[in-house]
Amino acid sequence: MKPVCAVEKVIEKNGKNIIVCNETRSHLLPVLRDIQDRKGYISDRDMQEIADGLGIHPVEVYSVVTFYSFLTSKKKGKCIIRVSNCMPNVMSGSKNVIKAFERALKIKLGETTKDGRFTLETTGCIGMCDQAPAIMVNDQLMGKISPNKVGQLIADLKKVRSK
Amino acid sequence: MSERLGPVIFSRIEPYAGLKKALELGKNEVLETIKKSNLRGRGGAGFPTGLKWSLTAAVKAEKKYVICNADEGEPGTFKDRVLLTEYAKLVFEGMIIAGFAIGADAGFLYLRGEYRSFLPGIEKVLFEMQKEGALGSSIMGKKGFDFNIEIRLGEGAYVCGEESALIESLEGNRGEPRNRPPFPVNTGFEGHPTAVNNVETFANVPHILAKGPDFFKKIGTDKSAGSKLLSISGDCKKPGVYEVPYGISLKGVLKLVGAVNVKAVAVGGASGICVSKKDFGRKIAFEDLSTGGSVVVFDAKRNMMDAVENFLEFFKEEHCGQCTPCREGIPVLLEGVQLIRKGGCSKEYLEDLRSLAETMQCASKCGLGQSAPNAFISVVDGFQKDYKLSNKKKEEKEFNA
Repeated sequence: MKPVCAVEKVIEKNGKNIIVCNETRSHLLPVLRDIQDRKGYISDRDMQEIADGLGIHPVEVYSVVTFYSFLTSKKKGKCIIRVSNCMPNVMSGSKNVIKAFERALKIKLGETTKDGRFTLETTGCIGMCDQAPAIMVNDQLMGKISPNKVGQLIADLKKVRSK
Repeated sequence: MSERLGPVIFSRIEPYAGLKKALELGKNEVLETIKKSNLRGRGGAGFPTGLKWSLTAAVKAEKKYVICNADEGEPGTFKDRVLLTEYAKLVFEGMIIAGFAIGADAGFLYLRGEYRSFLPGIEKVLFEMQKEGALGSSIMGKKGFDFNIEIRLGEGAYVCGEESALIESLEGNRGEPRNRPPFPVNTGFEGHPTAVNNVETFANVPHILAKGPDFFKKIGTDKSAGSKLLSISGDCKKPGVYEVPYGISLKGVLKLVGAVNVKAVAVGGASGICVSKKDFGRKIAFEDLSTGGSVVVFDAKRNMMDAVENFLEFFKEEHCGQCTPCREGIPVLLEGVQLIRKGGCSKEYLEDLRSLAETMQCASKCGLGQSAPNAFISVVDGFQKDYKLSNKKKEEKEFNA
């Protein structure tokens, strides 16, 4: 059986994405995910190259990138912190958690820190309502985040990132 | 963690007992068994699973697919997180049985992007199953039955939980729902017949086969057989995932989680309805309160207009933008709610908003738009103490201008 998620389909050579095709259009999302993981965003040039590789118009790639909230065409921080803003999270104080992150990172919601390390966003339900308020740090889910835990969390993340 | 207990999914079962039984029975018998059990889709719409599989099985095609919809995005739902981290083998066993019954040799697990961190664990289960002969070719020694499962990730789009949008997304497109008919059972992934079921539906299947359809039918009500996983959160002592038999009243649910002084329960998340105290005798069942499993408890200090505003903001973010009633209706309802909260909404304008909400319910293209106004209507009708209307018509004119 093929190992899942078809990520090995894109290889990078001399700064260029080379798509190992026999891929079809249906592999567009895994291919985009791979680039998003490696570079943190999907540039216009990446989109053009993917389109060439798959034999579709670059606008189609662009339309897909802009549709999905986890894919981005603009550079974001290395560490994206997403605070869930669904109702159970709001009820248990996610707004205060957001404020605490804003203070700790010295940015506003939706912004990236100047050093390019952190981006702060909100997102819909992340399936952690039983442990609200919950956040997503890149792809890791974390529950029971209170505002006074935020400072320590950022410090920990900075340590891990600088290693 | 203590062992989970429940009437069906959380009850004990030998690994592969359902699959072995299915291979012994043969395709037609499996379809008959599922039909007899009255199993209905657990994602919320409640389509009879046996019928869906029979329709897919009846189509003559070279290639067929089984898709497991693990894109639970409904606010307040997290049952699939529990199923995929603790019961993944059971879910995959259900998918393999579905593949056997409809004649498919490939399946997809469409996993929401938010659950990406569970990927290594789920992949490990798949490799284990491959080693045990439950995936790959000649499954469990049955010659001619091959089945493989591939995991595909979503990228954070709620609308992809709608089955045709999910298929669009799998094909590498924007997750926009298709016109139906044709239904996926005829024209699904890349035009091939496809059975799309919820994670929880698949988790029921091995139990039904191993223990018989009568075991399953005995649980629940006449029209809603079996049990439902509820994801309960909000103002309660013990939030979490509970397996309850269909037919349980809201009162019973609230007792289970230790919720006191409850004012309202949002059943079905943002797309469901908010039930007020006088209706707590209503039952969780397809014929009464049909739900995908989200239960959010609100206590007396909450204002339900907050909830409606939050839900509509969510829909404004997540709708796909294809059809007019939904795309244009949601922002108008949201502004209306904000106006009501400011105290500037007249009775007449509220009537207009209500009629717009009803139009959206019947004119939107997919389930998202059709259900987006549910919470609005239920709160406007059921929680009149939570908002005040303005007597003046002037402010309303200002707003419209």
